[in-house]
Amino acid sequence: MAGVLGKIRRWLDPEEVRRVGTTPDYRFSLANERTFLAWIRTGLALVAGGLATAQFLPPLPIAHLREVISVALLLLGGAVAVRAVDRWARTERAMRLGRDLPSSRFPALLAILVGLGAALLVVAVLVQAFR
Amino acid sequence: MSDAGLARERTWLAWWRTILVAAGVALLAARMAATGGDPLLVALALAGWTALFVVAFRRYRSRRAGPGPALPLLAFFTAGYAALGTLLVLIR
Repeated sequence: MAGVLGKIRRWLDPEEVRRVGTTPDYRFSLANERTFLAWIRTGLALVAGGLATAQFLPPLPIAHLREVISVALLLLGGAVAVRAVDRWARTERAMRLGRDLPSSRFPALLAILVGLGAALLVVAVLVQAFR
Repeated sequence: MSDAGLARERTWLAWWRTILVAAGVALLAARMAATGGDPLLVALALAGWTALFVVAFRRYRSRRAGPGPALPLLAFFTAGYAALGTLLVLIR
């Protein structure tokens, strides 16, 4: 818990990441910021999907399935946003220290989750059509 | 390689895109709170977007390469909309 709080404090302290290494070319820092913004848009799109599911989807044959899909999308969107900050800070740190950029399984995990969700929806649509 | 502030302009445009997507999310959240008859949460959803706009604008005006606290604030607002949406789904 203390580790999590310390991490949040470090995220909110803009000078923290500047204490290590040397400042890279500003274009690299701005590119890192744009990558962060693209992840935030991904998170916002997931949140929008969750909000739209809750409001515009009719109740599904399985009880509370609509609510479960909606909350899953909302939580995934929130997780993507929080992870984006961590990713930004670690990339900035690596650039300042001249190290390799951190690798991550998260994009692959997100792709698999979205792909599975899409496949499930295709099955649901087909079952509805041929019943 | 010449770059007459293009990287900075691209970054500002990326901020704009993000703020516009956030406006859509804020309106969806406000609509959901309104149909639930909850004026306080409607105000919260719209005030959140206004605050985000201020954060983005301050980031643009500060002519530093380092983004300061703007990035974690943006992420926390996104997580906040996710939490607000979850709350709205659960109390409905």
